[in-house]
Amino acid sequence: MNGSFPRALLPGLAAIVLGVLFLALLLTFESQWSVGALLAGGAAVVFIASRAGLLSRAATSFDTHEPVMAGATILALLVLAAWFAEDHFPLLMLSTVLLMVTSCLGLTVQFGFAGMVNFAGAAFFGLGAYTAAVLVRYTHLPHLLSLPAGGLAAGILGSVLIWPMLRTKGHYSAVVTIAFAILFKTFLEVNDTLGGAQGMKIRNIVVFGWKPNQDIEIGSLELSHYLIYFLAALALAAVAFVFCRRLERSWIGLSMDAVRIDETAAACFGLDVRRWKIVAFTWGNVLAGMAGALYALMVGYVAPNNFTFGDSLILVSIVLLGGIGNVWGVMVAAALMILLPEKLQAIQEYRFLLYAVLVMLILLFRPQGLLPRPLRRYLPGGAGR
Amino acid sequence: MDVGLLSQYLANGVMLGLMYALVAVGFTLFFGVLDVIKFSHGDVAMVGAFAGFATYGGLQAAGVHNPVIQMLGVVLVSVAAMAILGALIARYLIVPLRGAPALNTLLITLMLGTALRESVRLFFPDGANPKPFPRLLPAGSLEFGQFTLRADSAILLAAGIAVIAAVHLLINRTKLGLAIRAVAQDEETARSMGINFSLIVLVTFALGSGVGAFAGVMNGLYYNEINFGMGLLLGVSGFAAAIVGGLGNIYGAILGGFLFAGLQTIGAVAMPFASAYKDVFAFGAVILIMAIRPTGLIPEKNSERV
Repeated sequence: MNGSFPRALLPGLAAIVLGVLFLALLLTFESQWSVGALLAGGAAVVFIASRAGLLSRAATSFDTHEPVMAGATILALLVLAAWFAEDHFPLLMLSTVLLMVTSCLGLTVQFGFAGMVNFAGAAFFGLGAYTAAVLVRYTHLPHLLSLPAGGLAAGILGSVLIWPMLRTKGHYSAVVTIAFAILFKTFLEVNDTLGGAQGMKIRNIVVFGWKPNQDIEIGSLELSHYLIYFLAALALAAVAFVFCRRLERSWIGLSMDAVRIDETAAACFGLDVRRWKIVAFTWGNVLAGMAGALYALMVGYVAPNNFTFGDSLILVSIVLLGGIGNVWGVMVAAALMILLPEKLQAIQEYRFLLYAVLVMLILLFRPQGLLPRPLRRYLPGGAGR
Repeated sequence: MDVGLLSQYLANGVMLGLMYALVAVGFTLFFGVLDVIKFSHGDVAMVGAFAGFATYGGLQAAGVHNPVIQMLGVVLVSVAAMAILGALIARYLIVPLRGAPALNTLLITLMLGTALRESVRLFFPDGANPKPFPRLLPAGSLEFGQFTLRADSAILLAAGIAVIAAVHLLINRTKLGLAIRAVAQDEETARSMGINFSLIVLVTFALGSGVGAFAGVMNGLYYNEINFGMGLLLGVSGFAAAIVGGLGNIYGAILGGFLFAGLQTIGAVAMPFASAYKDVFAFGAVILIMAIRPTGLIPEKNSERV
């Protein structure tokens, strides 16, 4: 923090401004040609920037001034939301991206830090969503409570899975989560109390006597009701981000890294492998569950087809694309993976196929992800590298 | 419950068990030679069923209406095509990732499975809808009192058992099988004994995928319907069977196949009010078994050396 302060910040801030500008244009453009041209332009800018070494300078400023960058990102997203305050669709999309980011941060803690693969991310997301739906529909609890309840339900059911997860290793524990993901969706499809394959609608949400699912009118200004959900999703994602970042920097994160890299060695050094696995798994599931609960309240219905094994695979792909364990990379990857198929109708139908091929190519040619996780730094400001 | 219904359940369970065992044998073979899990296996079986279906359509168009020739054509083309596909997958997706963490292989094959599923859904003519698989086997049935044995089921059962027996003989009685077992036991020693490692790996993947394609065609013939999503369930069930039996052990795979099918059937019989929950029951049982016996009923023999 000396004379070079603003200079070091510049590339990072420029990246945020450009990124948000890109998002704004992407959400505004309607015709397929303009969306395509925008994507080509964005790819060209990224390519030229990486050739000119600007990308690594932006990465450095994110690395060294992270609180400033995080604040700037939140501010930029708020400006974006204010710009779209009257439109439903862009706000819905942005909120969905933020909720996906939250779930993927959970997966990052499980997969990227503690090395526990979870192929049931969408199932825990759906668990939170269904918990919220059931609470709103069948009980008289305050509706706001359904958010923590969703996280709690996911955490508790996750702790049932933790027993087989701890006893198994590698592929075997991956299969436990795959079996759970399929079990969950099959169960929802055949259970009539939960609405079967059609799912259920959630109506008439009331928070402190106020109905967040109605548009907000302030004088002549009519704001989309999704604005409230956007703010809630942003708050959730920001809290999750701060927690994950602190966790990563702390001795807990260090323990998790050790557990991931070599369980036997970690145990030899006196680390309680089981404890850190339980912490990572439960924390990740709670995040996914809370994101799911908010998602259910936002879209107003839940159905098994939103929480399939394929969706779990998409979540894992986002984590992988972002660079396993890189929390900033997760945001970029989530935004691209969620928004592109929505805006480019040409690829909407083919999105699962495209993602699958993309992930296969990345695994073959760049297995550390598009934005690899940087090395752990022990002191702020670049020392200790 | 009367004997007739019970025997129906029994026949159905045995048929399911055979299909799962055939798929599980593939998982076991792949795990044996390369220590990898190829999760696209179920989808390869599904593509095999579609290849058989396409062959049937082609033979019909070519004016061949003899069911025996059609049957042979369907099985041969499907098995051969999937054997080639399996070898290609091994060559270009699995072998290049040998140095990477095991989970990368799991992930790449999961994605390959998705890609295969989606490709069939999008590019096979009208692939998004279920297809009626032709009834190529004789339709008669034998009556033993209340017990009815459909001729096509009997033929399928016999054929499935024959395939498993053939794989068993191939692995245990031939030179190729000896090479496969050698590679599975110790890659370096096998290489130094003059075994062509890459060739054996490709052959093993071809063999496993061919057997999987047979299971896919069997599935089509038994249910008279195929759809693009059937591979996922077939793959997960077959994999569960392989896991339950203990990966890397061909008898374990067969045992696991019948055990898993038995669980599903018992689930359907014991809870007739909740027969819709039979898959939930089966997957719950898999999770439970893995919690109790983490490496399957017949565990892998080697222990980790630090």
